[in-house]
Amino acid sequence: MQDWKQHKATFASIAVSPVLWLVAFFIVPLAVVWLYSFGRNVGLTEIDISGTFSNYGRALEPLYLEIFGKSVAVAALTTLICLIIGFPIALAITFAQPKWRPWMLLAIMLPFWTNLLIRTYALITVLRTEGYVNKSLGWFWEGASSLKVMVGMAPLSTWEPLPLLYNNFAVILGLVYVHLPFMVLPLYAALDRLDRSLIEASLDLGAGHFRTLTQIVAPLAAPGIISGVIITFVPALGAYLTPDLMGGPDSQMIANVIERQFKRANDWPFGAALSFLLMYATFILIALQTLRNRSAERRS
Amino acid sequence: MTEKQPVISIRNVTKRFGNMVAVDNVSIDILEGEFFVLLGPSGCGKTTLLRMIAGFEMPSEGQILIGGQDMAGVSPNQRPVNMVFQSYAVFPHMSVADNVAYGLKISGVAKPEIRTRVDEALELVSLGGLGQRMPDQLSGGQRQRVALARGLVMRPQVLLLDEPLSALDAKLRAQMQFELAELQDNVGITFVTVTHDQDEALSMACRIAVMNKGDVAQLAGPSDLYEHPANRFVADFIGSVNIFEGKLTVDEPEQAVVDCPEVGRVYLNHGVTGAHDTTVWVAIRPEKITMLPAGKAKAKDSPDGHNIANGQIKGLSYLGDVTVYEVRLESGRSIRVSRPNLSRWDQEDFSWDDKVSLHWHPTSPIVLLS
Repeated sequence: MQDWKQHKATFASIAVSPVLWLVAFFIVPLAVVWLYSFGRNVGLTEIDISGTFSNYGRALEPLYLEIFGKSVAVAALTTLICLIIGFPIALAITFAQPKWRPWMLLAIMLPFWTNLLIRTYALITVLRTEGYVNKSLGWFWEGASSLKVMVGMAPLSTWEPLPLLYNNFAVILGLVYVHLPFMVLPLYAALDRLDRSLIEASLDLGAGHFRTLTQIVAPLAAPGIISGVIITFVPALGAYLTPDLMGGPDSQMIANVIERQFKRANDWPFGAALSFLLMYATFILIALQTLRNRSAERRS
Repeated sequence: MTEKQPVISIRNVTKRFGNMVAVDNVSIDILEGEFFVLLGPSGCGKTTLLRMIAGFEMPSEGQILIGGQDMAGVSPNQRPVNMVFQSYAVFPHMSVADNVAYGLKISGVAKPEIRTRVDEALELVSLGGLGQRMPDQLSGGQRQRVALARGLVMRPQVLLLDEPLSALDAKLRAQMQFELAELQDNVGITFVTVTHDQDEALSMACRIAVMNKGDVAQLAGPSDLYEHPANRFVADFIGSVNIFEGKLTVDEPEQAVVDCPEVGRVYLNHGVTGAHDTTVWVAIRPEKITMLPAGKAKAKDSPDGHNIANGQIKGLSYLGDVTVYEVRLESGRSIRVSRPNLSRWDQEDFSWDDKVSLHWHPTSPIVLLS
């Protein structure tokens, strides 16, 4: 095979269109927003890029720091729950019979192919006061109540629907539901690569299944766990739709605040500064993982 | 000498995977302290049998006893055996010492004892002083020694080895064959090894079970397998052999004659106790055939014209210690003859297209009934 790097003209002609695309529709807009973050509003639409840091200063006020902190906490909790649910799922897929595996993976992937908005509304119909969960629970409650009456006991008090929607619980549930595939897929990829004879060797040397899981499987799946955690945490941190549609008044996350700056508050420079703070945090996280991978590579 | 007790008793074990029968009604007794080899081509069921002993597969039928105890329902981590895996399965995230100590920690051995036993085990496999290395800093051969030490340190009743030398290069493999046999002799633990390599099996084993299609074709010591194979499969699988079909025409206590259309009359100076006129097969090893220039061969110790065949050399391969000749007989059948190069000019005695005559001693042919 010829080395394509030696054909500079061919390489350049193929590379030029994606590069142009990236520059025009990714780098330039991002740079514009970045510049906005150092500007201030003049009138309704004018923005004067004066190089001020006041937007960042304002973003670091306790009010916004609290929302930042809360977003991190919600994203972290989401990631943790995804890991706790996702690890057994990934294990189950890995050790399922080969003919079942594609179907199990499909079941994990299927929600991906449905629009997020539709999925969120579907979840709302399940969770709302008149939703399926509350209706079924209410039906059981009524049943239990009439059963008590039949055997001559006092009926139960009237059914109070559970507050399942428009609170932090709903946001976390929605985020876990949306982000679970992001966790399961890298975990599955890592576990599938694992040499089965390592597990058998552990059992052979007298270890039980739990010890094998904690001492052999989990450490060797660590790269997959870390990628899973990062690609779950990063989008969960920037979640907008789920807290907007399923959250209560106190469950807004940083993306909702950013949205409000760009729309209702019409304060683009401040919105830009908040956006970039979020991006810096994400970049640092990804850089840390890359560094870790590099040092792991160097060791081997 | 007292009778050795079987440490593993495999009784009428059958293993099916769906419709496929991997192991078909096999019964083997493996004795205390022996180096036992399961030998066969790939897919013959040898690895499945080993994995059933280790507990990773359950027999569909039959029983496996280890140390007299039925192993049905006993999980791998409860069995008094340890396994050395084909891929070695050395835990990549643990140091050599931690790998070897893994099983001891689980069985709750005290820390100071763990340290001395790990050191001993590493010393035993000539890895002394490498305890702090990580597996990726070791060569393939060293990793295999770690796997060996990790099993031996548990002092199991039986150490199971799955194709232990298959991933090593030829030189290292030959060296490890000797080391493994010596190691087994030193520690006195019963070794059960699976291999498809007949040289490996012959050089290390006390006894070998040759397996074919889920069945034991023959169970015997190395030289018995080579010199007294029970059937065509074993004769052909172990070493190189010429096999001719023929009819048993004379079968008396002191002599027998097999009439083979391809090589003529084969005379044996012992009886074979087969039915007269039945189809049998005669197997002759290439090194047990003498090759002389055409017309020079004399039938020693056998009737005139028996045990002699004439032909022409159609191919030769010089292997250093021996030269293997391919001789086309008058019947059109090719026969393989090997000749040791005892002096440095021996290989020049014969060349392509030379007319030769071959003969063999009446004790050399093996008569096979199946």
